[in-house]
Amino acid sequence: MVADLPILSLCVWVPLIGGLWVVFAGSRMSTNAVRNNALFFSVLTFGLTLFLWRDFDNNVAAMQFTEKLSWIAQFDIFYHIGIDGIALPLILLTSFTTVLIVLAGWEVITDRVNQYMGAFLILEGLMIGVFSALDAVLFYVFWEAMLIPMFLIIGIWGGPGRIYATIKFFLYTFLGSVFMLVALLYLYRQTNGSFAIEDMQALLLTLPQQKWIFVAFLLAFAVKVPMWPVHTWLPDAHVEAPTGGSVVLAAVMLKMGGYGFIRFSLPMATDAAASLNGMMIGLSLIAIVYIGFVALAQEDMKKLIAYSSISHMGFVTLGFFICFEIFSETGSWTGAVMGIEGGMVQMVSHGFISAALFLCVGVMYDRVHSRQIGDYGGVVNTMPRFAAFMMLFAMANAGLPGTSGFVGEFLVILSAFKASFWLAFFAATTLVLGAAYTLWMYKRVIFGEVTNAAVKTLEDISMRETAILIALVIPILILGIWPAPLLDMMHVTIAQLVEQLSQSKLP
Amino acid sequence: MQNLCLMIVLAPLVGAVVTGLFGRALGRSGAHWVANIGVAISFFLSLSVFWRIVIEGELTYNDNLYTWLESGGVLFQIGFLIDELSATMMVVVTFVSWMVHIYTIGYMRDDPGYQRFFSYISLFTFSMLMLVMANNFLQLFFGWEAVGLVSYLLIGFWYTRDTAIYANLKAFLVNRVGDFGFLLGIAAIVMYFSSLDYVEVFGNAHNMASIKISIWSGHEWSLLTVVCLLLFVGAMGKSAQVPLHVWLPDSMEGPTPISALIHAATMVTAGIFMVARMSPLFELSTMALSVVLVVGAVTAFSMGLLGLVQNDIKRVVAYSTLSQLGYMTVALGASAYSAAIFHLMTHAFFKALLFLAAGAVIIGMHHEQDMRKMGGLRKYMPITWVTCLVGSLALIGFPGTAGFFSKDAIIEAVHVSTTPGANLGYLACLTGVFITALYSFRLMFLVFYGEPRMDEHTRAHLQETSVVVWGPLVVLAIPSLIIGAIAIEPMLFGDYFGSSIFVDSKNDVLVRINEGYHGVVGFVGHGMLQAPFWLAMAGVFVAWYCYLKRPDIPRRIVERMSIVHRILINKYGFDAFNDRFFAGGARGAGRMLWRVGDVGLIDGIMVNGSAKCVGWWSSVIRHIQSGYLYHYAFAMIIGLLVLLAVFIHGVAG
Repeated sequence: MVADLPILSLCVWVPLIGGLWVVFAGSRMSTNAVRNNALFFSVLTFGLTLFLWRDFDNNVAAMQFTEKLSWIAQFDIFYHIGIDGIALPLILLTSFTTVLIVLAGWEVITDRVNQYMGAFLILEGLMIGVFSALDAVLFYVFWEAMLIPMFLIIGIWGGPGRIYATIKFFLYTFLGSVFMLVALLYLYRQTNGSFAIEDMQALLLTLPQQKWIFVAFLLAFAVKVPMWPVHTWLPDAHVEAPTGGSVVLAAVMLKMGGYGFIRFSLPMATDAAASLNGMMIGLSLIAIVYIGFVALAQEDMKKLIAYSSISHMGFVTLGFFICFEIFSETGSWTGAVMGIEGGMVQMVSHGFISAALFLCVGVMYDRVHSRQIGDYGGVVNTMPRFAAFMMLFAMANAGLPGTSGFVGEFLVILSAFKASFWLAFFAATTLVLGAAYTLWMYKRVIFGEVTNAAVKTLEDISMRETAILIALVIPILILGIWPAPLLDMMHVTIAQLVEQLSQSKLP
Repeated sequence: MQNLCLMIVLAPLVGAVVTGLFGRALGRSGAHWVANIGVAISFFLSLSVFWRIVIEGELTYNDNLYTWLESGGVLFQIGFLIDELSATMMVVVTFVSWMVHIYTIGYMRDDPGYQRFFSYISLFTFSMLMLVMANNFLQLFFGWEAVGLVSYLLIGFWYTRDTAIYANLKAFLVNRVGDFGFLLGIAAIVMYFSSLDYVEVFGNAHNMASIKISIWSGHEWSLLTVVCLLLFVGAMGKSAQVPLHVWLPDSMEGPTPISALIHAATMVTAGIFMVARMSPLFELSTMALSVVLVVGAVTAFSMGLLGLVQNDIKRVVAYSTLSQLGYMTVALGASAYSAAIFHLMTHAFFKALLFLAAGAVIIGMHHEQDMRKMGGLRKYMPITWVTCLVGSLALIGFPGTAGFFSKDAIIEAVHVSTTPGANLGYLACLTGVFITALYSFRLMFLVFYGEPRMDEHTRAHLQETSVVVWGPLVVLAIPSLIIGAIAIEPMLFGDYFGSSIFVDSKNDVLVRINEGYHGVVGFVGHGMLQAPFWLAMAGVFVAWYCYLKRPDIPRRIVERMSIVHRILINKYGFDAFNDRFFAGGARGAGRMLWRVGDVGLIDGIMVNGSAKCVGWWSSVIRHIQSGYLYHYAFAMIIGLLVLLAVFIHGVAG
């Protein structure tokens, strides 16, 4: 029976409609009913995405679960969706995270609960829409619409500096995506009136054309990742966002940038990417090293984790753009696969780990109402269970083997070595830097004697919080111990992508 | 065999998980039973594996368990390689670990973190076993980092102590510096061998010997030299070789049982094991061997000297460990891999013994670690005294003890080695013998002999420790005495290691020693005529003279040579330099990049600056928005004309 349903559409529309329901019908419900409704829709969506996973065929390179309906006929715009091995893991990540966000806000959010929960559900639907859209206009609509709930989440439930943060966030991302719109319209003309992403990927373009397209996309995606130097909105947004907002921002929204590179920039402007890859690699290394140092200097836990996110996302862009360098060094594309797969694994893994760390900060913030490292110290004495969880997440963030944090970085460093010793050298500094800023924070917050009254009266995590953290421990450990299933999901798709990249798009 | 291997690694893991998650429900005795049974199973099964592989000569077992992942044409697998080398390590690791598990019952008796401690040491046993049983570089790195994690957790076991949580962060970060090199070495192997499997990589090594790579333009390096040096950086971190040794003395902040298990007997020897395992690679690079030898020599000598000026009983033993690790590294550099593993094994027994004895003293002294406040303990703690004496004799290489055979073999090996730097290594090892004897018996005399210097209260309560504490001491004293005489013939001169260690015939120093070897008794007799023995005796004599007979002499030497003393007390300035330059420098760089780069340039000038620009521009533009309709209409017409012009120009053009 399930097979007959347009299951991918359901994954998009169930949370969207569920979210609207929670917002509007929820205003007349009790707070508890709102929470239960939100939980119901998020779990339902997660279940639907699990069906996607079950029925997904790892051996098919073409889009699966495709649906195509005419939308705006006179411009040949279609409601066209489908997924491949790149989109599926990110969709699973999205639906999984949303369940946790609903749970994380359970008792913490008491103000406008229906709107809060609804915003996240709507956001979930839009994000799944972005990952599954095969029509450029549809993609763009989902992409821009995502900003609205996120804007509201930070602007309404955020901290004292939320106005500055939201405007900064909005301007950055909006400015970036306007250029993407221009590029998409240009490509629409070049394809003689098709908004199908597939057609755009097949286009032959001259190098200057490709470069313009590449730069336009870069502005949109680099802001989202975020890459240095357009990253400064992220720490501000994280600091002001409520815990759930930080989680969704770090776990999923940053992945939009990486997804964009791999879906648009690389296949549509291949030659431009090949000729500009030096810049991209340079920016990625700056993110890894420079931001790693900057993270050391942070006194605000959320800022620190935000900077850590930027540094870790540097591995994603490095893994993606190193492929051309590997090809020119070794003359073979097999090494390129490892870099791209490493970048993909890093995206998924970072989703879990950063979500976990932001939730941990949230747990402490809910109790002490401070994010300053200096306001803590000796938390382990009063919250031993919490300390154990956070130890694991900190180690995962430091890329300890056996956790998911290791897999992506490892693959990217291995493939970077194929391009050049020095690339691998600088990328591998994360081994020291990542451990330094993460564990130093852990030491100052968790270890030591109890130094103040607030920490002295802390209560260890509740059943609800424990459940959320356990839910994150499971994927982090499984991906660390046995990442093969995740890789198997992507192999065919990435092999096809690399095949595309190996061919020049010049006319 | 596969099931056997799985049981060996999983038994301690189950112990760790059960005591870790259900420690409270199990209670204290439940926890120590679970952990002890887990590691005991592991020990006995390891023994049976050892029997089958080493004694019965069963073929090497090498099989993959599962595929971790596959990417870019490279298979990453998890699997076991059980040969003579890994079987030996498995027995040593599980045996020492089990003894420490028993000892812990007594040592940690009153600690609130009892169950947690058992969970950690069982987890350590699991990780260490994964490391030594690996059949590929990936799993080696897994185990490598996992033992680092457990070491971190255990050094910081008493997490409210500032010194402990400083030391564990330092240990982890310094080890990460080593792992940084290690990981790059693995990346080089993946690039050139397209495989992580030991057998495949070692099998191909010869074909790679002629490949040159260029790291700085204009400088050609042999690929294998680069790979070996990078891997050795990892070994330097884990096995605490200069200049990455700085974490090991501080690691003494952890409870004593783990100082014995992790920071003396097993984990810190992982680097030695790794280089021995990689012998097919190192043998192809004389330059790498030479670097290994020199680093080992520097460590053996300079760290031994530091042992002379320490007053904390555990720190003396810690510096002794550093120095002995240097000896092992020297042996590796001289291509005497089996001598290094031989010394690793004897050292594991006698150094674990010494640490546990030191722990027993600390218990007896009510957690006093300063040797200046001890003295005369021989009468109060006879078993500890005797076992500690056995350990010290083995450490200084007294003829007949285990340490004698292994240390003499190393000195002989480096003596005949032709690796560049061998002369320096020989000199360092010889003087090291004197220094070792001096600090070891300084410890013995200060702690167990002479007049008691502790306060009345402590002395009144001095007594021998309980059986769970002295039992392991006795059990460890036996191999510390006899294992050398038993193992020297097969291990060094026989075919003990089979194909697990590869030595190029031109580097094979042990063959040359073997020519002059005529049985154990002959070796002992020969050894008593050689310089090392007399140097050791001289060391003991000087220790006796300076610390028992004329205790005023050391003070006068210190006064006379205050500069030297200060250098030694400051540990050659490594810590101060690292603190200021690396730790301070990194934090400073971070703060500067953040303030100047992010806050100043990007946010200050570009982001907020452009916002201000917009603000200023709009205040100008505002005047244009006058509200008069005809102004707007005029602007529209102008605009339309411009657009038209552009359009027409475009079409025409």
